[in-house]
Amino acid sequence: MARLVFLGRLADLAGGAERAVAPGPLETTLAALPVELAVALLDERVRIALNGELLAEPGGIVLAEGDELAFLPPVSGG
Amino acid sequence: MTIDVRLLTEPFIPGTFIGPFTQAHPGLGGVCTFVGEVRGQAKDGGRVEALELSHYEPLTLPGMRALAETAALRFGLMGLLMLHRVGKLYPGEPIVCVSAAAEHRRAAIDAVDFAMDHLKSDSWFWKRELRDGAWHWIEPREQDHADLARWR
Repeated sequence: MARLVFLGRLADLAGGAERAVAPGPLETTLAALPVELAVALLDERVRIALNGELLAEPGGIVLAEGDELAFLPPVSGG
Repeated sequence: MTIDVRLLTEPFIPGTFIGPFTQAHPGLGGVCTFVGEVRGQAKDGGRVEALELSHYEPLTLPGMRALAETAALRFGLMGLLMLHRVGKLYPGEPIVCVSAAAEHRRAAIDAVDFAMDHLKSDSWFWKRELRDGAWHWIEPREQDHADLARWR
């Protein structure tokens, strides 16, 4: 399995901080999520990190066994 | 030059870190320290019962280390101490502490100001407040971007 990690308010939307998903194209994974959550994850302000590395270009991700993909919404500020 | 960056999961007393940090830099001309505490009053005037900070382990601490190194180089510091709490905090508890040691005061003061602006607006922390028994996420403010723009 691979793992999705949700930070900040995304964890509330997802109903938890993590979710185990089957390896494969991210598009397929997102399509199986509740629409409201998938839309929030695809917000252009949400940064994505694969195995702890921020991605500059999040297109075309294919999750492999053991991958951790984190969704990072804008930070809170002061 | 020494850099000490930590994420703390328990309440801390800034002086217990600042004292040894200052002692470790004999010959410094100035040390500047900022300590931020959890406010008891929310932006809308309501009472804050608690504040919870979440972070993302693979990015948050490395990001703080990179920020500390940037500040130390930019301002020519002798040392920089950077502490940040995560977890559940209550009003009056220290949440952040930045202390800079330098040969001259301006470098120490500016380095702390620089580090605080970037910790607030450009580090991987998410905050939510407990008000009236319900949790509310804290959103970014315009002021945060203005604070960062000062250093570009």
